Amino acid sequence: MTDRRRIAEIGAPVVVALLFLAAWEAVVRLYAIPVYLVPSPGVVAATLVRDWTLLFASLRVTLGIALTALLLATVLGAAAALLFVQSRWIELSLFPYAVLLQVTPIVAIAPLIIIWVHDTRVALVLCAVVVAIFPIISNTTLGLRSVDPGLLALFRLHDASRWQVLWRLRVPSALPYFFGGLRIASGLALIGAVVAEFVAGTGGQGAGLAYQILLAGIQLNVPRLFAALFLITACGVALFGAVLLASRIALARWHESELADG
Amino acid sequence: MQAARAEPALEARALGKRYPNGALALAPVDLSVWPGEFVTLLGPSGCGKSTLLNLVAGLLAPSSGTLRWWGEAERPRGAAGHRIAFVFQAPTLMPWARVRDNVALPLALARAPRDARDAAAAQALAQVGLEGFAAHLPRELSGGMQMRVSIARALCVEPDLLLMDEPFGALDEFTRQRLDADLLALWARRKLTVLFVTHSIQEAVFLSTRVVVMGARPGRILADHRIDWQGARDDAFRVSTAFAEHARILSSCVASAGAAATA
Repeated sequence: MTDRRRIAEIGAPVVVALLFLAAWEAVVRLYAIPVYLVPSPGVVAATLVRDWTLLFASLRVTLGIALTALLLATVLGAAAALLFVQSRWIELSLFPYAVLLQVTPIVAIAPLIIIWVHDTRVALVLCAVVVAIFPIISNTTLGLRSVDPGLLALFRLHDASRWQVLWRLRVPSALPYFFGGLRIASGLALIGAVVAEFVAGTGGQGAGLAYQILLAGIQLNVPRLFAALFLITACGVALFGAVLLASRIALARWHESELADG
Repeated sequence: MQAARAEPALEARALGKRYPNGALALAPVDLSVWPGEFVTLLGPSGCGKSTLLNLVAGLLAPSSGTLRWWGEAERPRGAAGHRIAFVFQAPTLMPWARVRDNVALPLALARAPRDARDAAAAQALAQVGLEGFAAHLPRELSGGMQMRVSIARALCVEPDLLLMDEPFGALDEFTRQRLDADLLALWARRKLTVLFVTHSIQEAVFLSTRVVVMGARPGRILADHRIDWQGARDDAFRVSTAFAEHARILSSCVASAGAAATA
């Protein structure tokens, strides 16, 4: 039963992808659409192989920035949430600024950050952190507060310290919320990294995938543009998959969201 | 020890609770619970029985009156002979922790070492008939078994006073009767003092040595009824005329209060 489900889980989307690619290839050939408008999947694949050295170097840069940003956002976001639940006053005074960070478009702040921070890589990481951190802060804060009131009463009855309530009750209760935030943040970190690079426009050795897209667009090298786009998507899927895996490892034992037959 | 025996485990004098919004949850009541008693607070919802229990547990602060535990005005904090445990309406278990760690939670909070905790948990689980389930997670157990884990957690601290807030209210009738019987066996064996809350007249008669009937709006004590049954509390007791008579008296107390409230 679970084997059949797994086959369906992986097989069905793969079939959709194959059908889509076949249709794409067919339409491009049938109407003889020029390569600089829409390249066929075959041409994109060939470009991916041909330009692999160039694209792989960019992939490493973009993935590195997104991963570093996600890691930083996770640590800083969780720390902020832990700080917020220490007192209502801290949360009331600081939470609006977290919201401010969230609602200000990153394209508008990115130029400032790039001007202020000398090292471009650091600037890009900072931009991506700004984008990715909010869901982690807000979800984790919500989770730390969403404690079973009965358990809280039990802890109080047995004279638990603040610290014990935090580590033995609030943190485990918050984990499902935290991972929910992390899932959203994994996508946002990549978006932040790409958008910031569009704005920064780094060239040369440290060029990421966004720069390759920008350059390929200017040069009308559309197959390469598609190849870079494909790699960015692959990056996003990989990041999301990694977070999903971490969440499964942490919660599989007990939480409804990760139970196979839930 | 003799002197301590002569003192009520619990003594409430003119104890009342008014919430900040002005609602009077509990009009001032007097209540004493003596060591070894099984006292049940019986009444409809909104009669303040849970409020009274939470006051006794120290989870709520009274707005009037005084409370004494074994003659002391301070809620005892885990000293031998003066231990209090609480069993909630729901099992209230930590879903991420194994049964053993749920049961030993009070000891972990008191910073007891690991092996002492495991030993105490194993002993408490044996008392509720859950040997062999120490390594399970709560979700792997049925509702009745989860409630047993919850009781084992209360027993783990070797309580002298056990407070129970409608612990079997959410269970089916068969499970509830079995747990009632098991609770009585534990009470007799461990010489516990129990303050139990329920809205079931049958459960109150079956379990208690004394039933305190409460009424609503405002929450108050209507009657204090002793169940003087010397024989075994088993299925024969459930169908005896004495049982029916006690149930009739209690139900007329509750009914008269209801009539007075609507009049």
